[in-house]
Amino acid sequence: MKVEAKILLGLGLFFGLMFAVYWRWSIEDAGGVMMFAGMLLCLLPGSYYYWWSRRMKARPEDNPYATQTQGAGVVGAFPGSSIWPFTMAFGAFFVVLALVFGVWFLVPGLFLMVWAMFGGTAEGRRGGKV
Amino acid sequence: MTDLLEAPAPAPIPAPVPAHEEEHHGPTGILKWMTSTDHKVIGLSYTVTSVIMLVIGGIFAEIIRVQLSTPNGSLVSLAQYNELFTMHGSVMIYLFAGPFAFGALANIVVPLQIGAPDMAFPRLNAMSYWLYLFGSITMLSGFFTAGGAANFGWVAYAPLSNSINTPGAGADLWIGGLLLTGFSAIFTGVNLCATVFYLRAPGMTMFRMPIFTWNLMVTAILILLAFPVLTAGLVMLYCDRHFGTHIFSVAGGGVPVLWQHIFWFWGHPEVYILALPFFGMVTEIIAVFSRKPVFGYKGMVFATLSIAALSLGVWAHHMFTTGVVLLPFFSIMSLLIAVPTGIKMFNWIGTMWRGEIWFSTAMLMAIGFLITFLVGGLTGIYLASPPLDFFTHDTYFVVAHFHSIVMALVLGGMAGLYYWGPKITGYLLNETIGKIQFWFLFIGTQVFTIPLYILGLEGMPRRVAMYAHDPQWKLLNDVSTLGAILIGVSTVLFVVNIVVSWKKYPAGDNPWDAHTLEWFTTSPPPHHNFYRLPQIRSERPTWDYNHPGHQAAPHGHHPAPDAVPADEVPVP
Ligand code: HEM
Ligand SMILES: [Cu+2]
Repeated sequence: MKVEAKILLGLGLFFGLMFAVYWRWSIEDAGGVMMFAGMLLCLLPGSYYYWWSRRMKARPEDNPYATQTQGAGVVGAFPGSSIWPFTMAFGAFFVVLALVFGVWFLVPGLFLMVWAMFGGTAEGRRGGKV
Repeated sequence: MTDLLEAPAPAPIPAPVPAHEEEHHGPTGILKWMTSTDHKVIGLSYTVTSVIMLVIGGIFAEIIRVQLSTPNGSLVSLAQYNELFTMHGSVMIYLFAGPFAFGALANIVVPLQIGAPDMAFPRLNAMSYWLYLFGSITMLSGFFTAGGAANFGWVAYAPLSNSINTPGAGADLWIGGLLLTGFSAIFTGVNLCATVFYLRAPGMTMFRMPIFTWNLMVTAILILLAFPVLTAGLVMLYCDRHFGTHIFSVAGGGVPVLWQHIFWFWGHPEVYILALPFFGMVTEIIAVFSRKPVFGYKGMVFATLSIAALSLGVWAHHMFTTGVVLLPFFSIMSLLIAVPTGIKMFNWIGTMWRGEIWFSTAMLMAIGFLITFLVGGLTGIYLASPPLDFFTHDTYFVVAHFHSIVMALVLGGMAGLYYWGPKITGYLLNETIGKIQFWFLFIGTQVFTIPLYILGLEGMPRRVAMYAHDPQWKLLNDVSTLGAILIGVSTVLFVVNIVVSWKKYPAGDNPWDAHTLEWFTTSPPPHHNFYRLPQIRSERPTWDYNHPGHQAAPHGHHPAPDAVPADEVPVP
């Protein structure tokens, strides 16, 4: 976990440096704001990972001498198949069409998205249907 | 059923097939495809869709080139020409290059390379694909509206893109399509980061990850930094067009150049979002076909990271001629990027140096990538110098520069398809047709771009449908059109190759004697990828396993102190 954290922190610090130079030197604000936001986007998860990396014991994937047996056990829960991603994206498609062709497209769009939200959440709880 | 996945067994023990393995009595037929959350199926969908987009964008390009083969071309009207170059650029950048780079091969290969059963969030991954497909349909459907497709260039500069200068549904469909594909990209970024951070196999430390996976992780971080900015900009643009805000219009107190800042703050990182995955592909391919480990592995990683870091601070080199940007800052930063890029070039050559080179189609394509990318990179250095850019901006020189780059990416992508295609389909492509395809593509690319550089220096502006006052430009334009036709032929040859080799040459697990974990499993890999895994003691676990005599050599230097031949792993 340490390496991951350091990458994010390093990028964030570099963006901070770039922001400082640019902000002092430039007559324009938008770029500075965007660089500052970029810095935060790296520093926030980076410092969180760093904080954790000092508290947890090294995972098998961080240990260069780990054997495959050390990784034995449950890796995670992976859904077999699911219709909800399609439903959600299909809903988003109608929402975007509403931007172009008229608000009534929002009706099927939001309906599908909300349906997918509930369906997907329930599926996650139950452990998947299909 | 949702599977609670057990980790794969260590390699030498012939593991029993996990009990849950073929227990998916899921849907069949088209419903199976629609509901699949398997990263390999999604990756293949991405591959097919994005290659179709390459063909569609290519057809637009051929029409453009035929139009320009005479000074008074009358194949298309001026209005149609605007739609064509806009949609050519948009389809190629947003719908082909991006999704191919971080959607297609990334999806298939990254989980395999780190020994993971799938992406971290399989359902989110599926949603990314559907958002991309619907986004593409949305953008292209502009052609079927009364006013035609978007026609303000792929960069949609304000004030050209406002509701007075570009009314009509085509432009709004362009914005809407990009909103969808933008979210698709962001979700893919989240997914790739989480996969690389959390799903690596035991022993797969960060500094043992294949360079391709490294590059995709860095790409994912760049996606997360850049794409939200574009999405926000598009929402602002839409508000300006329809809700009467004046963010980008002078009349209402707004700032048109702000759009350019927002667009290029996404746009330049995007350039590396496109390029880094292809850098990763050719790194793997060059190492495997030179029969050597990657030369300067750590240098490669740090070069990738510094390219990513610098790429956030160079955006306004696309805006030098606006006269309101900090020229020295952006010039220095842009020139600095050439340093890590040069390191990569050096390492690629170092990898080939004294290698036992096998000139397969994939390797030829990768070498073609190196040469073409070098041309594009060097002319980029010219453009990064403001006095030279003032002279060449908005001429065909810029068009030539980025076409050297993006055609290099097409070569790299083809290398990737020839290299990893067998892993996912189980069958090799015909090498002879592949090599013919390579020569058409490589020579076509140079014949197509080099005249454009000269035309640019002679002052031919981009985005014009006619050049009636300068008929002397006809010859060079004709040469360029010829190159475009050669490229078109190469694409046809690729399709022919797929048809000719359909299920003909079984690939086996590891046709290339390759290095990384994806070649350890079957072709195509089973559901959830691995029944067994080798001990990981270097960045070439599969090669170490297949060559037990050699000691594991991390980064091609010293044998690891504890190098255990893989088949001596203690039985648990
Ligand atoms: C050494 C690296 C590079 C440098 C220094 C560089 C520099 C530049 C500069 C200064 C321009 C603006 C020229 C102008 O508009 O007058 C430009 C345009 C462009 N570059 Fe690059 N570039 C580099 C690599 C790349 C890569 C890797 C890609 C794509 C993967 C790329 C794609 C583009 C595109 C698409 C444009 C045209 C933008 C437009 O439509 O205005 N460049 N480049
Ligand atoms: Cu740029």
